[in-house]
Amino acid sequence: MTVFIIRRTLQAVIVLLVMSAIVFLGVFAIGDPVAILIAPDATQADIEQTIRNLGLDRPIWEQYFAFLGNALQGNLGESFVYKEPAIRLIFQRMPATLELAVVAVLLSIFVGIPLGLWAGLRPSGVAGKSIMVGSIFGFSLPNFWQGIMLILLFAVVLGWLPAFGRGDTAEFLGIRSSLWTLDGWTHIILPAINLALFNTSLIIRLTRASVREVIGLDYVKFARAKGLSRRRVVGVHVMKNIMIPLVTVIGLELASLIAFAVVTETVFAWPGMGKLIIDSIFVLDRPVIVAYMMIIVLMFIAINLIVDILYSVFDPRVRLSDMKR
Amino acid sequence: MSLRKFALAATTALVLTAPAAWAEDLVIAVASEATSMDPHFHNTGNNNQIMRHIYDRLINQGPNQELLPGLAESWGPTDDPNVWEFNLRQGVTFHDGTPFTADDVAFTLGRAGDVPNSPSGYGTYTADIASVEVVDDHTVRIHTDAPVPLMANNLSTISIVSRAHGEGATTEQYNAGDVAIGTGPYRQVEYVPGDRIVMAANPDYWGEAPAWDTVTIRPITSSASRVAALLAGDVDVVEGVPTADIAQLSDNPDVSLSQGISNRVIYLHLDSDRDVTPMITAMDGSEIQNPLLDQRVREALSLAIDRDAIVEEVMEGIAIPAGQLLPEGFFGVSENIDVPDYDPDRARALLAEAGYGDGFAVTLHGPNDRYINDAAVLQAVAQMFSRIGLETQVDAMPRSVYFGRASDLEFSVMLVGWGSGTGEASSPLRALIATNNPDLGWGASNRGRYSNPEFDAVLSEALQTVNDDERAALLAQATEIAMQDVAIIPTHFQVNTWGTRPDLQYIPRTDEYTLAIGVVPAD
Repeated sequence: MTVFIIRRTLQAVIVLLVMSAIVFLGVFAIGDPVAILIAPDATQADIEQTIRNLGLDRPIWEQYFAFLGNALQGNLGESFVYKEPAIRLIFQRMPATLELAVVAVLLSIFVGIPLGLWAGLRPSGVAGKSIMVGSIFGFSLPNFWQGIMLILLFAVVLGWLPAFGRGDTAEFLGIRSSLWTLDGWTHIILPAINLALFNTSLIIRLTRASVREVIGLDYVKFARAKGLSRRRVVGVHVMKNIMIPLVTVIGLELASLIAFAVVTETVFAWPGMGKLIIDSIFVLDRPVIVAYMMIIVLMFIAINLIVDILYSVFDPRVRLSDMKR
Repeated sequence: MSLRKFALAATTALVLTAPAAWAEDLVIAVASEATSMDPHFHNTGNNNQIMRHIYDRLINQGPNQELLPGLAESWGPTDDPNVWEFNLRQGVTFHDGTPFTADDVAFTLGRAGDVPNSPSGYGTYTADIASVEVVDDHTVRIHTDAPVPLMANNLSTISIVSRAHGEGATTEQYNAGDVAIGTGPYRQVEYVPGDRIVMAANPDYWGEAPAWDTVTIRPITSSASRVAALLAGDVDVVEGVPTADIAQLSDNPDVSLSQGISNRVIYLHLDSDRDVTPMITAMDGSEIQNPLLDQRVREALSLAIDRDAIVEEVMEGIAIPAGQLLPEGFFGVSENIDVPDYDPDRARALLAEAGYGDGFAVTLHGPNDRYINDAAVLQAVAQMFSRIGLETQVDAMPRSVYFGRASDLEFSVMLVGWGSGTGEASSPLRALIATNNPDLGWGASNRGRYSNPEFDAVLSEALQTVNDDERAALLAQATEIAMQDVAIIPTHFQVNTWGTRPDLQYIPRTDEYTLAIGVVPAD
């Protein structure tokens, strides 16, 4: 287990290095941030001043090594646009994204797994078939359009929920979140549904497929033959065995919801990291882009690690040291 | 949380939420977020419009960018044209109650161009100032090395801050709010980056009393979401209503639309400098001499553009055809220039006369996320060029890629827009058409590297002429020279649309700013 974690950490460092180089060069290749940031009526002298201010007058490799040197000391650079440390900007907006992603994942789990179970246990019933047809919509309708439709229905036509933004925050257990207020919940419901729809469909289909697979296996038949209650057969014997693919997918989906809630955050003007990163990409705010990507890579690595450990909990046959890939 | 608990929370939320009703509070949704609360950090429209609430300028710009008294009651050059005198308003106090004096002006003019690590500062407007002389508490003289006729226009962009708070203050401190002390109609209460800026009325404002108790500015980048938020009643005012929604919204009793022309001209810049230009070839792809060097070819391209069709079809009627750089009514605009007629026959004849009867192949470049319907306008222009026998392709790209490449002179024909920040004609003439000269600060955005000594001479004279009438005439003359020579091809002026709730309206501004003071009861 220890060896496993050490190996993973080393891998993480290499991935981070490679990724930072790619993003650094990538943003450099896309275009010139000064051309975007500078006021149109600036003179040539102003433009050169800005280039020096932002440290863009030095060769790109020099900029990169300066960045690495600072990064080792925990400084990922200062945003061109906000003139605040990139890492602070990201952490400022992380709670908003985290709460949105967590609510969305919980939503997809608590809606997706029961519906998937139902559809898997009663595949030929009307309900089971409807669930599967419904899940196709969750997959195929574009996220952006879904979001606008949710706003139109619940905010414009019915007037039940606010159309955009994050609600009031409050502090509880040392965590400041909008989940502690009613206003916060009214604001988070629509974006969370929007963010969860795709994943819910995914989980429904995955659960159903796994259930169909294990339900016919000998140990389930044997459990039934033993006279165990249906509840126990499904709740313990089936559930435990379908959890492995589900945990993998849910873990990865949580990570990608946190990292790439860009569309939902844009549609609902949700002040999270996704909106920050897309705005930063538009103006080529390189320090923010690089810092964001590094944090996201770290997060993916951490979540994968947790998923691997969870495997061994769900399935004692899995040994962590076996996974050398 | 169990499913049941979640469902309970959800239902409670649904039941308890009623649409918010705003009595004295105003919520404005803007298209792009302000990036800083430091009034001198980053010179962009999204920042400047926020600063106009919290700070005053010596001279304000009205809805049509006309110059109005601000913290200065009167101003003008003295007998010595290198000295401008400003008589400051008496009895004005900052939000913290301290009096506003000439010393604050002197401090501000020093700070404005000198904020560390600014991505685009205000030094452009203060560069001409040699020294600031505080004559007494309410008189300031500004000394320059040469006559600067645009001094008043330049200073109309600079927010006046308090020396007591601003001395040594960093941008972070302005963001935090403790030093963000101005004299404006609203004071800064809360700044949550990416989410909201809250301002409260300044009861001691020297001008007309602010109409709203609080003003909240919230960024909603997606235009569809912005319109939905207005329809849902969550915001009272939105800017940047998309042209595609206007027809439908104008029939909607829950929304009132306000429209006004902007100072932004959309134009094609032409590479009229290099012998061989990168994006133009012969029909067979072989290299040819740059046809845009020939005035007849440039004129042919201008005549080939059906500006009315662009306005009607692409812009859904929400734009004005353009024949010069600013709409009529602005300072320095020529009355002798008409919008060029759409005349493809004449365009073809001019091409033949110039030796391009068989046409040539050209790729047009432009942004696809910067101006209203920018990529669609470019497509339309390309079709119109095809009609006069050019093989035309379009390459539209995100602005983050586009502007860098355009400034590196990678393009031959490119679509760009220009808004005159000073609200008069010298701004586009100097930046777009004057010969590129980094020392003078001319032609900084002259991406076609057009150069015409006759034009430069007239513009230079204009920029040294302090007398307004004479300067206006010279600027008009310079514009005529440039348009005669088709230095650039203006296509249209943008018209901006604001949406408000039905009992309000917005007084449109040519500088495209969305200001709480412009939100007034509907007639």
